[in-house]
Amino acid sequence: MHDRTIAELSAALQKGDCSSVELVSATLKAIEDAEALNAFITVLPEQALEAAAKADQLRAKGQAGPLTGIPIAHKDIFCTHDVRTSCASRMLDNFAPPYDAFVVEQLQAAGTICVGKTNMDEFAMGSSNETSWYGPVRNPWDQTRVPGGSSGGSAAAVAARLVPAATGTDTGGSIRQPAALTGICGLKPTYGRISRYGMIAFASSLDQAGPMATTAEDLAMMLQAMAGFDSRDSTCVDQPVPNYQQALKPGALKGLRVGLPKEYFNAEGVAPGVQAAMEAAITTMREAGAELVEISLPNTELAVPVYYVIAPAEASSNLSRFDGVRYGYRCENPVDLEDLYKRSRGEGFGEEVKRRIMIGTYALSAGYFDAYYLKAQQVRRMIRDDFTRAFADVDVIAGPTAPSTAFSVGEKSDDPVQMYLSDIFTIAVNLAGLPALSIPAGLDNGLPVGLQLIGQYFDEGRLLAAAHDFQQHSDWHTRRPAMDR
Amino acid sequence: MSIDAAQVGQIAHLARLAVDEQESEAHARNLSDILAFVDRLAEVDSKDVEPMAHPLEMTQRLRPDQVSEPNERERFQALAPSVSDGCYLVPRVIE
Repeated sequence: MHDRTIAELSAALQKGDCSSVELVSATLKAIEDAEALNAFITVLPEQALEAAAKADQLRAKGQAGPLTGIPIAHKDIFCTHDVRTSCASRMLDNFAPPYDAFVVEQLQAAGTICVGKTNMDEFAMGSSNETSWYGPVRNPWDQTRVPGGSSGGSAAAVAARLVPAATGTDTGGSIRQPAALTGICGLKPTYGRISRYGMIAFASSLDQAGPMATTAEDLAMMLQAMAGFDSRDSTCVDQPVPNYQQALKPGALKGLRVGLPKEYFNAEGVAPGVQAAMEAAITTMREAGAELVEISLPNTELAVPVYYVIAPAEASSNLSRFDGVRYGYRCENPVDLEDLYKRSRGEGFGEEVKRRIMIGTYALSAGYFDAYYLKAQQVRRMIRDDFTRAFADVDVIAGPTAPSTAFSVGEKSDDPVQMYLSDIFTIAVNLAGLPALSIPAGLDNGLPVGLQLIGQYFDEGRLLAAAHDFQQHSDWHTRRPAMDR
Repeated sequence: MSIDAAQVGQIAHLARLAVDEQESEAHARNLSDILAFVDRLAEVDSKDVEPMAHPLEMTQRLRPDQVSEPNERERFQALAPSVSDGCYLVPRVIE
């Protein structure tokens, strides 16, 4: 049951080959057996089994949709009613929200069963899942290595085939980079495609929710349920949601103009094994009829510096709400209000979160605002304009998702700048607000390599179709880690 | 731009973060590295480029000024570390 896709499970449920209760029971057992991965912060056996029984009843009444009874997991950044939502922080270890996030509502309405909340980097700040208050997540391909981050728990859970799909969030690559490092598929939709309501904010002009799964087809099924307008998120865009599964036309790569940015290939720091996998992926696309066009995104190397001004600046503002007064962690015996604020925040936040709050505070402080924040916003526009120019000539842009395969636990945790550079190919997409996905495209020394496809605004359908067609011409997405069960 | 431990203290105060002396040294090192990395932006010619705040250049929507949420004080205060008579309790502010 474990290595089936959502599409396959959905068909099996419909045919009566298995029930949702059976499926969810098997899922819960698999999660228990894979405890060493530390992929979950909270598992919800009773709630999930109860929901599965209801899903089976709905099906018996002929009221089941394609996702009814399918087990999934939510990143622990999405608020779940009366279920702990920690954001992997000590600050929110005791926080059970009084409401559901939009994404949680949508997927529940579509009939999915939430089996638990996945581990992540604290407040989504990290690229390795090592900053979690609940400890690092292990990569199922090699447990001495990181799964990437910040949606590392969701990535590991899908890669180990514990659940067929999970939700993630992507502020600078947090869906795509872990998807690449664990050999699964992950989609960051256009900024505003999915409401951020109830998704704990990190950097509000960059944050976007998205699905993680094992095939492009499953991504399409998940996105179908997740996308939509919601007046409770003032930045959510009121655009009709197309039928993403219908968009998965056979032969989508034929005649597709694929841009290859010269800055993404032969770039310094790209591992030779990743480079080789990219060349093979390009060959696959060409053989499937894609037209390859060399393009340039000249401001590529400025994306990471811009991001590390803008994201911390927004984070320092967003995270000021955690003050030890209304909810969350409060220090013991505060002597006065300032002591309460400072120690609750000093003790409640981990090192990386404090580091980013301080960078942001500094960048926004009097005397530095123009030099850092305004400058970064100007360069952000230049990066966006690079993409606009490129998309005049091409339909999608392809390149590596990450410069290397999964690195070892501890390898980069003492060097923030090196850690930040692992997002060099994903960050520009968030700055521009474009949709992009990562799909498996090879193995390097037994570790997965991800291919990133970037699309135009609201062109998720075309991206998914290209990825789906790629998966008709390759079998990398079917490779799974050899885990003892 | 290099940051020393004393500046870390000032920034931490602005951000209302308790940071002890030992941590300050490590933060000073890390923040200096990050700022050195970010400082390359200073060399970019961005004259006359309008700062970009929103990826889709959209403005915030407005809604009619009508009550849309019920008062759920008790439910929300159930999450608080310390409340009394419908108020959030903090250490005495006015002597």
